[in-house]
Amino acid sequence: MRLPSVEREWLDRAQKIEFSFEGRRYEGYAGDSVSSALWANGVRVLGRSFKYHRPRGLLSLANHDVNALFQHGGEPNIRGDARLLEAGMQLTAVNTFGGGVDYDNGRFLGLISRFLPVGFYYKAFHTKALFPLWEKVFRLTTGLGKVDFATPRKRTAKAYDFCDVLVVGGGPSGLAAARAAAKTGASVAIVDENARLGGSGVYQLGADAGRAAVLDALLQEVEAAANIRVITNHYAAGYYKDHWLPLVAHTADAPMRKMRAKSVIVASGAFEQPAVFRANDLPGVMLASAAQRLFYRYGIRPLENPLVLTANADGYRVALDMAKSGARVAALVDLRATHTASDLERQVRAQNIPIHAAAIVTEAVPGPGGKSVVAARIGAFADGRATFEAMQEIPCDGILMSVGWAGAANLLYQAETKMRYDDALAQFVPESLPEGVFACGKVNGVHTLAAKIMDGERAGNAAAAHVGLDAGNKRIEVPAEAEPPSHSWPIVEHPRGKNFVDFDEDVQFKDIANAIQEGFDNIELLKRYSTSGMGPSQGKHSNMNVLRILARLTGQTPGAVGTTTARPMYHPVAMSALAGRGFSPERRTPLHGRHVALGAAWLIAGAWRRPAYYQQDGKTARECIHAEAAAVRNGVGLIDVGTLGKLEIRGKDAAEFLERVYVSRYANLKVGMSRYAVMCDEAGVIVDDGVAARLAEDHFYFTTTTSGAAGVYAELSRWNVLWKLDVTLINHTGAYTAVNLAGPESRAVLARLTDMDLSGAAFPYLAVRVGEVAGIPARLMRVGFVGEWGYEIHVPAAYGGALWDALMTAGATEGIRPFGVEAQRLLRLEKGHIIIGQDSDGLTTPLELNLGWAVKMDKPFFVGQRSLAILEKKPARQRLAGLVFPTLQDDADRRPQECNLVIENGEIAGRITSIAYSPTLRRHIALAFVPPARIEPGERVGVRLTNGDMLAAEVVPAPFYDPENLRQKS
Amino acid sequence: MPWRLLRFAFSQKHPEPRMFARHEKLKPAYDVVIIGGGGHGLAAAYYLAREHGVTNVCVLEKGYIGGGNTGRNTTIIRSNYLTPEGVQFYDASVKLWQDLSADFDLNLFYANRGHFTLAHTDASLRTMRWRAEVNKHYGVDSELVGPEAVKKAAPMIDIDCGGHAPILGALYHAPGSVARHDAVAWGYGRGADRRGVEIHQKTEVLGIDTAGGKVKGVHTSKGHVAAPKVLCAVAGFTPRILKMLEIPSPIYIHPLQAMVSEPVKPFLDPILVSGSLHVYISQSARGELVMGASLDPYEAHSTRSSLEFVEGLTAEMLNMFPFLSNVRVMRQWAGMADMTPDFAPIMGKTPLEGFYLDSGWGTWGFKATPVAGKTMAHTLIHDTPHPLITGFALDRFRNYALTGEKGAASVGH
Repeated sequence: MRLPSVEREWLDRAQKIEFSFEGRRYEGYAGDSVSSALWANGVRVLGRSFKYHRPRGLLSLANHDVNALFQHGGEPNIRGDARLLEAGMQLTAVNTFGGGVDYDNGRFLGLISRFLPVGFYYKAFHTKALFPLWEKVFRLTTGLGKVDFATPRKRTAKAYDFCDVLVVGGGPSGLAAARAAAKTGASVAIVDENARLGGSGVYQLGADAGRAAVLDALLQEVEAAANIRVITNHYAAGYYKDHWLPLVAHTADAPMRKMRAKSVIVASGAFEQPAVFRANDLPGVMLASAAQRLFYRYGIRPLENPLVLTANADGYRVALDMAKSGARVAALVDLRATHTASDLERQVRAQNIPIHAAAIVTEAVPGPGGKSVVAARIGAFADGRATFEAMQEIPCDGILMSVGWAGAANLLYQAETKMRYDDALAQFVPESLPEGVFACGKVNGVHTLAAKIMDGERAGNAAAAHVGLDAGNKRIEVPAEAEPPSHSWPIVEHPRGKNFVDFDEDVQFKDIANAIQEGFDNIELLKRYSTSGMGPSQGKHSNMNVLRILARLTGQTPGAVGTTTARPMYHPVAMSALAGRGFSPERRTPLHGRHVALGAAWLIAGAWRRPAYYQQDGKTARECIHAEAAAVRNGVGLIDVGTLGKLEIRGKDAAEFLERVYVSRYANLKVGMSRYAVMCDEAGVIVDDGVAARLAEDHFYFTTTTSGAAGVYAELSRWNVLWKLDVTLINHTGAYTAVNLAGPESRAVLARLTDMDLSGAAFPYLAVRVGEVAGIPARLMRVGFVGEWGYEIHVPAAYGGALWDALMTAGATEGIRPFGVEAQRLLRLEKGHIIIGQDSDGLTTPLELNLGWAVKMDKPFFVGQRSLAILEKKPARQRLAGLVFPTLQDDADRRPQECNLVIENGEIAGRITSIAYSPTLRRHIALAFVPPARIEPGERVGVRLTNGDMLAAEVVPAPFYDPENLRQKS
Repeated sequence: MPWRLLRFAFSQKHPEPRMFARHEKLKPAYDVVIIGGGGHGLAAAYYLAREHGVTNVCVLEKGYIGGGNTGRNTTIIRSNYLTPEGVQFYDASVKLWQDLSADFDLNLFYANRGHFTLAHTDASLRTMRWRAEVNKHYGVDSELVGPEAVKKAAPMIDIDCGGHAPILGALYHAPGSVARHDAVAWGYGRGADRRGVEIHQKTEVLGIDTAGGKVKGVHTSKGHVAAPKVLCAVAGFTPRILKMLEIPSPIYIHPLQAMVSEPVKPFLDPILVSGSLHVYISQSARGELVMGASLDPYEAHSTRSSLEFVEGLTAEMLNMFPFLSNVRVMRQWAGMADMTPDFAPIMGKTPLEGFYLDSGWGTWGFKATPVAGKTMAHTLIHDTPHPLITGFALDRFRNYALTGEKGAASVGH
């Protein structure tokens, strides 16, 4: 029930917010979380459990469980505890099957739970014929929220942030740590997942104004400090190497802030742990800290008549807080037989709250439909055993559990902190922390308020010292806890009850015990078999009790049992926040706009977009490609080859360097000439090819394939470091662009734009010249990839457009035509020229590609030489050959495709690597790997088509067109 | 509701015995010692006992069974490889997988979902056709399909991938499946245990005893055991064991990471792999989206997670499935992949007599679990490599007889 304003509450009562849940309209205030607003409206059933569809209410109100998980439009799995209420929210419970959250038809699964022991799905349903049907049934029942396929992609920016000291958690110890570090001058940031700072300091009060005042003072100092930044409503989703922490908001569209800190203080507090007893999951049974949050943050009286189950001083404070909220506390049940009689106890007695010591709640008595609590049965409790006889039934409308804590040590585990189990505290605490990582407060085993503040100051000083700031060398001795804050066995094994250990996964005490009986007696195996800790809250409220049960049933200490690995994320993170704006880089050559204007059909080559061909009205792709190819063969064509890798090497050892990385010889290459360049890896496998041109004795310009550019540059840079030769390597791939002007008329066109002597004698085949084309400084190479007279013209990228326009204009009379990658592929295939990656694969050597002529085995060294020397002596697996298909009609449907297999004696003997219909030769031509015995022209091989038919092929000499290369050289 | 669950409802005590016995002490000697209690090691033990009657076998596991890459992979099972050796080997594995739940009497959730390797470029279409043709040759059900088939199997996909990488087609492999990975280790463990094999968890190997070029035994954290035959099946820890023996190998370790979303209502039936986007995804029976990517680009003997990984993977995944923007990543993890230069495993004999390797499993080991166990058991018994693994011998690197599987194993694990 919502109370009139409570001091320090987080609500803005002036601002009412309307929302709906399961079709009913409610009202909350600005500052409410979804869960608090529903509870304030008297909604007790917030969700249904994963397996048995049991009604569930609030458990932690801290996002440590998923009882309160909602669907909001297209957004699944909203965490009601953490998500601030927004106007107009239309919420439904996830995981209900008709009937809504109140009458979920899935609840009948609870009735057959006796048939569903731990791991039941491993024990049945696996008949081969029936499993697919069962699987459909399972898939209908699993999952939580629903995705909405209409959800657009969210592009959320990311922020990069830095600080000296990052404090994770803004509770008393975190605030004290931030204050101490800030006093040394450090730049400090505090991140807290709640809407406001204060942590447990705001609500673990025991109706004590003094405790609240301590916190007020601390908060004021922190807020006044200029060098402390406060980041609320964000959680550190993980700790990554070198103090790298993503700070994430609870909503999917807020930016993720990536914090690089010089040191990190983990002051993340602790997860309050539930007690295990019969029906401990009824709405109304909740962690005591949840009730305190409801009261102090949200001005709600959580229950009218609660019973407090406790094993520490915190529980006594809860009783006092509940009394202050106006509730009539039914009883305080203390697991302990003895404890230090304190002032707190006297205050509780003064409120006329009956105290039952050495007792425990053995079961919660359900109201109608299991949607509420009407009473608690309590029994004697000694040595970890509950007595069920002489039970007392105490009417109440809920049970507040305050029996212990588990450190929220997720980030510490991710930072590879060594943890140890402290018997006195009954808690895992850090034993040794990694460099620059500090812990304080509850996660460090410090629970009393004054001690937490001291511990925070200690950690703050230490973190400041770590970043080189002087904290004055103060030594702070943090006093040990007088009483254990956690009970080592807050567990009742009720023989007839559903005693829940993991609420996410509906795992009961008996499931854990049975899994252990079945041999899953290692904590990691137990988790995987029982699924406890595998749900969305990743064991925050369950791991500790599972561990305790395993320890007790196997006669080990909790320390010997150990914990499971805590992996990121701390809370789940929206994919859009992680993805950010999601850059998908696209590379365009300087001529991109020209291609667009010319109607290019695009081909994706890595990040590059290249014109496949230029579309012509009323023409098919094939017709366009053939027309482009014909232009090159008969007139002149122009292709953008700006995507080629373009590298330059200078220095005394430039030739030596190329001698080592390419298989051919470059020491003897004359200045002004170029040579084909084949690169192998150390296994002798061909990995790249291009052309190397010598511009001066100590200066080469060379190209790589489009796809190999980045990798080749990286690899050559690596060799350069290892070899320490006197060279400098520069990657010009983006700085230069290039076109290839090719065809019998290419010289005539170029002549109009340059005063270079273009005669065959002055500028022969394979020569390289530096000069001007249309007034643009250019490097020209006489190359013959497409098998015609041609020039590859390289210019600074900015002049690419001007060069293209000049060439197109100059070539107008010859009918110059731009051609795309498809025509180029066809033309090179007619010449039998290979494409690395298409006509080669991850094991192909230059020898198999008939490039033995290029491989100079008598050089002192090149990369791959040793391997090739060995491979040379072994029989080749296969060789590349030209193929034609005597029985194939020109435009037959059943033409072979690339990667159709060559079959010999029923076995795979090779494959087609390239195939096309050649309009010049008027037949299909192909390159294919064939057995070495079939390499001679005239041999016949069989090709298996995609549909399984066989087609006869004949081996022919590889340059199908102009075998003497007269046209490119003439 | 299957009848066999009735006994749980009507018995007072939980009517299930231990799956694996607890052994405090090691015996002084065994016929075979298997290092590594993951799927592979346990499978080898199982087939040694079941098919060869050799039960005086001990499995040594440093941590807990199935705690290495068996429990860290993304559970995809397929046989659409590229090399004849690979296709035949993994096809034999798929056939064993299909009957494994029945063999174990344990439901492995072996779910045949169909597997698409998406092609976004004409170059990858070409590789897909190559794989399809080789697969068909060996009777493996693979086919090159168009984008419409992808759209039909996963109608919610953005077939243009945000315009950056339109899907041009795919290699469709109907037998592609997923299984509950942990249960595989448990099934093999229980089957081996029932036949007399001893499984020793929390038992670390400290050294290996040799004399005269032969293996003699193993030093462990629980003492020494003698054995004439030792099988090493330790995936990412292989270099450490080989270093004890000074056996050179080309294995190098890269982390491989993966992540899983919170459970959402199942919507995705097939397994989808994209080589161009470097991502893959399937949805588990629990409703979690299981997602992964390629190897980390650097060598590291570590299972630590990185932020870069989840950032990169989610960005590409949203290109394919933009509507997952609101779905949350629940957990990420890493395994250590023992990579080989040719992306094929290293199996069989070693220069040390009696010492056998089952390694080089990189990112492709889970699906091979049954066939690896079976062929290694055969190899140990006959001291001759099983015919299915002759292409995977350690000496192929010395002999330049590589089995180039990179084209089929680099992203789609």
